[in-house]
This record gives sequence, structure tokens and C-alpha cells, in this order.
Amino acid sequence: MDYPFSDPAAVAAALRDRGYLADDHIAQVVFLATRLGKPVLVEGPAGVGKTELGKALAGALGRRLIRLQCYEGLDEAKALYEWNYRKQLLRLQADRGRAWEEVEGDIFTEDFLLTRPLLEAIRSPEPVVLLVDEVDRVEVETEALLLEVLAEFQVSIPELGTVVASSRPAVVLTSNNTRELSEALKRRCLFLHLGYPTVEREKEILLARVPGLPGALAEQVAGLVRSLRHLPLRKPPSVSESIDWARTLLALGVERLDARAAVGTLHVVLKHQPDIEKAAADLEPPGEG
Amino acid sequence: MLDLLTGFVGELRAAGLPVSTVEAIDAAAALCSTDLGDRAAVRASLSATLVKSARYLDAFDTAFDVYFGLRPPEAGSAAAAAQEAADAALVASALGGAVGTGTDAAGLGEALLQALLSDDPGLLAALARRAVRLLGGIEPGRPLGAAYYLYRVLRALDAERLRQRLRQAATGETDGLARRLAEEDLEGRFEQFRRALEAEIRRLLVADRGAAAVARALRRPLVEDADLTMATTAELAEIERALHPLARRLAVRLARRRRGSSGRLDVRRTLRAALSSGGVPVDPRFRRPHRSKPDIVLLCDISGSVATFARFTLQIVYALAAQFTRVQSFAFVDALDEVTGFFGPGADFAGGVRRLGDEARVVFFDGHSDYGRVFGQFASGHLGRLGPRTTVIVTGDARTNYRDPNPAALDQIARHSRALFWLNPERKGAWDSGDSVFGVYRPLCDGVFEVRTLRQLAAFVEQVALPAARPVRRPG
Repeated sequence: MDYPFSDPAAVAAALRDRGYLADDHIAQVVFLATRLGKPVLVEGPAGVGKTELGKALAGALGRRLIRLQCYEGLDEAKALYEWNYRKQLLRLQADRGRAWEEVEGDIFTEDFLLTRPLLEAIRSPEPVVLLVDEVDRVEVETEALLLEVLAEFQVSIPELGTVVASSRPAVVLTSNNTRELSEALKRRCLFLHLGYPTVEREKEILLARVPGLPGALAEQVAGLVRSLRHLPLRKPPSVSESIDWARTLLALGVERLDARAAVGTLHVVLKHQPDIEKAAADLEPPGEG
Repeated sequence: MLDLLTGFVGELRAAGLPVSTVEAIDAAAALCSTDLGDRAAVRASLSATLVKSARYLDAFDTAFDVYFGLRPPEAGSAAAAAQEAADAALVASALGGAVGTGTDAAGLGEALLQALLSDDPGLLAALARRAVRLLGGIEPGRPLGAAYYLYRVLRALDAERLRQRLRQAATGETDGLARRLAEEDLEGRFEQFRRALEAEIRRLLVADRGAAAVARALRRPLVEDADLTMATTAELAEIERALHPLARRLAVRLARRRRGSSGRLDVRRTLRAALSSGGVPVDPRFRRPHRSKPDIVLLCDISGSVATFARFTLQIVYALAAQFTRVQSFAFVDALDEVTGFFGPGADFAGGVRRLGDEARVVFFDGHSDYGRVFGQFASGHLGRLGPRTTVIVTGDARTNYRDPNPAALDQIARHSRALFWLNPERKGAWDSGDSVFGVYRPLCDGVFEVRTLRQLAAFVEQVALPAARPVRRPG
């Protein structure tokens, strides 16, 4: 069997080409996932690039991305497959007069199957990347559904039998950790915790994602965002928000970030009014403003 | 390597991390695809396969450093002497002969200040090694902990003064914002140096006593086992982070709809759907089952005897109130006051605690808990807040300072609600001792729980979902 990447450095380089800056840890875990053929469970606060990693991986591997967005109430019919009963009904009406045994064999065939993301990922003739986004949002019952797919790469459909993957999809699951996932699911995955990046890495990310951003400004934004994360805020600023901030400052023509410019644009980084007030008071002490 | 791995997995388990056999096998398989010469890569491989929750990462890192740390060259060997000479030369050249030769605390401190200001990683690493060698006073066979040696080195270096001088160096920046960033930068570098010291000390201890012994000494209780009543500030912060998902889960549990009932048939939507199948209603549609909102009343003792625990229960209040509107909370010492508004949606926790201190009238007489009076106050003034779907949760130690426990009032509260639970932060053994009147209140509750750790709180959350714990009552 040939592997897509020769070593973790190759992973990092391929992801970098897709605009995703992976540190050594991320590169190593993604590399392991491709070697061991295991899903990666990416966990961390919102907006640190969990979903981006899945997308970038698809790009780096040159594969199609199939995305399953999870939500409360997601069920088999939306995640796996569904019978197209309208088409089946039409067929029954068109076939009026034929014996039931014949018809039954006809209407439970692949022509009448509506594939949903999970089944699609497994049936695809060429390998794909399956991104299961925000897996912590589904109920425990639905999680069990994922298990069969992720562990065996197969799906049982009572009328058709078991569909086995013709190619192994690379799987990335993301979780915001709003609830504890089941042990069984975690056991089958490689675990990758994405926290907030270091100042140096955040600066690199900013420079990569915001073309034309001066290096000094990137450093200031990265430093200030770290400083904000130390405050007791309801929602600390994420990487995607610091990117937005850098874009805003660039568009406003700010060349050097001072307290006034920072406070004036805080609403880009912080999304709760109490947070904005708290940060503004902290950045602009009464004596200095 | 295999022995090292099994020893490491054993240590993780001993520290309380759940590591299954499958995961250990995965770890071994992962190591086969890992460059074993690269410590960071080995760390990434092992953490991805053995640790499945961010809560355990700290414990993992500690154990990893002990088991897979770089072994220092054998004491007295040529390699050790060579490294020592190289380190000494590096430190001396950094000082340029200005202040001593860098063999005493003052010289090392001076070199450290320079290294921190210029952010020179090579010099910092050499300094960490030198400082531990010269100032740590580590002697083979002495049963002292790593924390002691770290304290000793930092004290010898006069860390406080060093940090002050670092801050002074940062004041060179004129702009307030730039100064702040520079300060934080230097503070971060100092923290890194502190970690380097810690790692160096551990390395030496491992060489002296072996990995297993050092790891055992470094084991700390996991977040979920940390004692809430005696937690340090850092532990509390960690506990608070872990609390939010749990509080949400508690609310969902209490609100959980009846199983099996999928609602009544929705005729209009069924007929509409039937149009696409030629008028045959093949796809019956149902009304969405009514999902009741969690209806919770919290009564929290915030007196001095349970101060740390009270902060924790207020965190629960905050976490619940931020997500659900039908949570009413009351705080009390010897008088009861509603605090629902302080922690409502949009409020922040610190502000809520401040308002609680400034505005809430929870002290009536002398600031010692008086449960009987408080329950009486609730029963006479707030019974209307309760309904057949309300769950009442009382948190406190039931130490009522030898005053009248007034069980009749609590009984009334219990009768007017669906269920009454009591969370007690004291050990079971201490219940009913001294001025605790828990024995009087206990029979009136649907469940009493010792909650000293997050794990116990989680167990409570699991248990309130059981039908047995939720009897249906009628107000009598």
C-alpha cells in the first residue's frame, strides 16, 4: 500500500500550500492518521481552525471533500441514506398488474436510494475526505451510527446488505467539547487538541491569511489578541477573529496599533457587549485615554 | 521501547487516566510510524493515541517528561564534563567578564536578565542547566520533591527582583499598549525559563531515582478528583472550565422529555406531504413533542464555612442561568435573597459575584448560617415560585449553628416541588456531627449527595435522570 505522505514534514508542506499553517504536532497527528487509517478527532475552542484543517487536508490530498454538518436531531435519514419513496411509488403505479415479488425486487435497488454524506463517502470509487463537523452536537444515539462507519468503513442497509467501502476515506471529526463524547467513539479516533496558537504562530497565520499585512502590525495584533485571551471574557477572541481584526485594521489604513485604534475596532474581535466594555477599560486606563 | 511504553501506560493509568488496551496497541502502532529520534514527534504520537480529552493533557505532559525526558550524561563522565564546560563558557561569554564569571547566583541572574531580554534560547537552556547544578543543591538519595528544588533555585536567583527589573526594561516603550505587550512578552519568556528549570530538575531526579518513583511523586489528582473545598486558584479555574458542559447536561437531564412519545399526528402537514405521493398518506407527520424547559430553583449557602464551595455552586448557577431562562437562584447566610438577576444572560461571573456582595441582603443577624430561618423565609414568601415541574436544589453543609432547624418549612418546600435534592460539600463521615442537622433534613429530600469533586457532581447529574429519583408529588 502506498501512503500519500512520506513524513510529517511533507504533510506540513502540503497543508501550507493550501494556506493552512500546521505546527509539528498537527503535522505528526495528521501523518499518523494517513498511516494508520484512523479518523482524527479535533477538539478545541471555536474558531481555531478545526474545520479549516479538514478542508486543507482534502486540498492537500487532492481529494473531494464530503462534509456532514451535525446538529441536534440529525438522524439516519439525513446522515446515512434514505429510500426515495416518491420514486418508488411512481414505479409501483407504472408497474400496475405485475406480481408483488417482481416489483419488490425492483424498488429496493440502488436506483431508489438517496445517499447522504456518510454513505456517499463510503461508496465513492475514488477516496475522499469526510469532514464530520461539530460531532458533539448530535445525540448519543446518533453517535452510535457513526461508530460502524468509522470503525469498519461499512454500512448495513437491510434491503441491500452491507456496503463496504471501496476506498478508505480520510476522516476528520471536529468537536467544540460542549459535551463529553462517548468512550467508544474516542477510542476509535486519534485525538488532536487545538488550542490558541503561540504569538509567533499566530503572526505567521495572520501574514499568510491577510495579504499585504505589514509584519509589525501582525505582531502587534497577535500580541494584543493573546493579551485579550488572558482577560476573564465570556468568549475569548479566536484565530478567525484575529484574522478579521487584521483585515479591518488594514482596510482602515492603520499602520501602527495604539490603544485608541484598538478600542475603536474591538467589536470585530469581541462579540459580547460586557466583554467589549471590560477589554476597553483594561486597554485604556482612565489616566491615559 | 516496548517496556518503556508499557511502563508509561501503567503510569498514566495510575495517575487516573482511562487508557484502554486498544489504545495502548494503537500507541505502539503509531510509534512504528514515528521518527523515534524526535521527541516532539513521539510526544504527538503518544498523546494522539493515549489521551482522549484535553483535561488529561497536563497529567500526560508531566508523565511524558519523566519517562521520555532526555537523560543527562552520567555524572562524572567525560560527556558531562564537556557539557558543563560548554555551558560555563557560554554563560561567561554572555557576561563578557563584566560581573563575575557566572558561577554564583548574582552572575547567573545577570546573565539570565540578558538572555531574557535578547531572547536567546541557547543561552537560556545553558543557564537553566547551570542554575540547577550550582544553586539547586541536588544530592543523590535525598528524598526531596522537585517543587522544593525549584523553589530553592528561584529564591537563590532572586526571581522577584529579576521580574521587577524585567518590567523596568519594558517601560522603555513610551506607548501604553506597546509597553503592555512588551511586558507580557518578557513575562512569558520568564515562565518558559521556569519550565526549563523544572524540566532540568526532573531530569536529574529521574537519573537519581528512576522514572517510576519520580512520576509517582509528581502525580496530582485529576481535575475531576480535586477537592472543591480545598482547591487552589489554578485548580478552581480548571474546574470552572469543566463545569459548563456539566451544568448544561444537568439542565438537559432535568428537562428531558418523556421517552417514546413522538407527539400527536399533524393532520395538516400529513395531507400536505401526501400530495406528492398521489394523495396516499405514506408519510405521516407528527407534531413535535413538547420539550419542557428546565425549571430549577437553587438555594445556595454562601456563608464563610463553605466559601470555596459557594464559589463553585455560584458557578453552577451562572452556567445554568446563562443558558436557560427558567432558573431561579437564591443565596443565603441567615437571610435569603434572590440573586437570579445577577447571573442572568449577558451578565459576567465576576460582576455577578460583586453585585452579590454589594446588593444581596443575605445577612440578617450575625452572618452565621441559619437554615431554619432561611427555609421559613422561603416557605412563607416564595412558595408561589414552585410548581409540579420544579426541581429544587439546596447546596450547603446544614451547619445551622445550634439554631432551630425548622424541618416543617423544608417539608413544605419539598411538597410543592417535583423533587428536592441536597448537595453537601462535607464528607459523609462528618454529616450529623457537631452543629450539622443534616439528619433532620435528609429524610425530607429525594436525594442527598456528597459533592466534593467534579466526579461526584457528574455522578449526581447522572443519577437525577433515573426515574426512581424523580417521584411525582402533589402539593398536600
